[in-house]
Amino acid sequence: MSAPGSAVSGVPHLDVDPFDMTFFADPYPTHERLREAGPVVYLDKWKVYGVARYAEVHAVLNDPATFCSSRGVGLSDFKKETPWRPPSLILEADPPAHTRTRAVLSKVLSPTVMKQVRDRFAAAAEERVDALIDKRSFDAITDLAEAYPLSIFPDALGLKAEGREHLIPYASVVFNAFGPPNQLRQEAIERSMPHQAYVAEQCQRDNLAPGGFGACIHAQVDEGAITAAEAPLLVRSLLSAGLDTTVNGIGAAVYCLARFPDQWQRLRNDLSLGRGAFEEAVRFESPVQTFFRTTTREVELSGAHIGEGEKVLMFLAAANRDPRRWDSPDSYDITRRTSGHVGFGSGIHMCVGQLVARLEGEVMLTALARRIAKIEITGEPKRRFNNTLRGLDSLPVTITPA
Amino acid sequence: MPAITFIHPDGKSDRVETSGGESAMQAATRLGLDGILAECGGNAMCATCHVYVDESWVARLPAVADDEDALLDGTAAERLPNSRLSCQIHITPELDGLVLRLPERQV
Repeated sequence: MSAPGSAVSGVPHLDVDPFDMTFFADPYPTHERLREAGPVVYLDKWKVYGVARYAEVHAVLNDPATFCSSRGVGLSDFKKETPWRPPSLILEADPPAHTRTRAVLSKVLSPTVMKQVRDRFAAAAEERVDALIDKRSFDAITDLAEAYPLSIFPDALGLKAEGREHLIPYASVVFNAFGPPNQLRQEAIERSMPHQAYVAEQCQRDNLAPGGFGACIHAQVDEGAITAAEAPLLVRSLLSAGLDTTVNGIGAAVYCLARFPDQWQRLRNDLSLGRGAFEEAVRFESPVQTFFRTTTREVELSGAHIGEGEKVLMFLAAANRDPRRWDSPDSYDITRRTSGHVGFGSGIHMCVGQLVARLEGEVMLTALARRIAKIEITGEPKRRFNNTLRGLDSLPVTITPA
Repeated sequence: MPAITFIHPDGKSDRVETSGGESAMQAATRLGLDGILAECGGNAMCATCHVYVDESWVARLPAVADDEDALLDGTAAERLPNSRLSCQIHITPELDGLVLRLPERQV
């Protein structure tokens, strides 16, 4: 017998902590170290396996029978520890249970539904640009990356006007909680009670406006697709993962376009590149940096032997810049063919809200590029630290209208 | 290896040699073909790898599954009776010579 990941199995041990503040400040050198150490590594600090190359991240994501989600997609193993909240019926579930709930959310957020909300989302993006042009100088995170999704997504869900200030803090708790029991996670959970209470209340059928995504989920109860007890938890998934992720996605795109003026100019010259500019920002910045899986059996992965019940940490962000898969991975190129990136994951758990995210990103970037000639960063960007999400807290900019 | 042909809206065509068991979408994106976006990377979630199957081939493809059927209702270009998602067309030796027409737009 050998210890998990011991040298016997040929898996390199690394002493890095990928949930540490210094790592968050500049993860790229460590991502490279993780990728170059081997296809599978072992992180002694948290006693987990790690994969940072594209091929292995993609393989783990696409073998849900071996690398399961029902034992939690954070460090905590639900078989050994009580989850901090009732588990998600979709994110933290395996087939066949997952197949049924996933089908419901896929239907509620389908391409057909996106066609119906598109004009509304685009009009709100134009209104946001109006407001920004009035201001000239503003914070691109609070006044743009947060303000835009907040102006459409809660309404699209059908939420009441009161209490929406809980949404971003709640999502922040959810994504911090996937991390290890560090200060970020502990403090987030300690302060989460009012946010949890708000979310639990809003997920009830009576609190969701007719025609919204939330009401559409509850309507699936009448179709017999899900039970009345399941519906609120599926609404909770949209409240957990539908807002902060797009805030960080749009924030990433604006940060990229402000840093790389040549790409901004290309977008200005061809507005049809707006959707690609957003997608490439999701690859380049990877707003969702990591997720875990748990092995359901002993498995051999690229020559590494992994036992049953082991946590495997997938570095989505490192895979999205793996030179084995991408040409010039560290360049932000809005014409890149991004198909296959894992910024939204891959396989059966791939982001169910990806179409909402792309729609928001596309219409917002297109509206900005149509009417703004220049975006200049005028102050030091501040990072927002989270165990799973990568994004900024503040990005002071000044714009020049076209 | 079986080869398939993509015909662009302007009438130009590209003949693509497929490699072991890949989908028509994977063959197209591997070669950087314009006209197939495949935003979701082949997970049957986005409807941006829409193709029109040449009439003579429609009946020779496996039937449309329920999830593909729902996605086809949301394609950017008009859905026609021969519409398919190319990520759901796995190229087997029997499909050697398959002809797929690309729509005007994918988003």
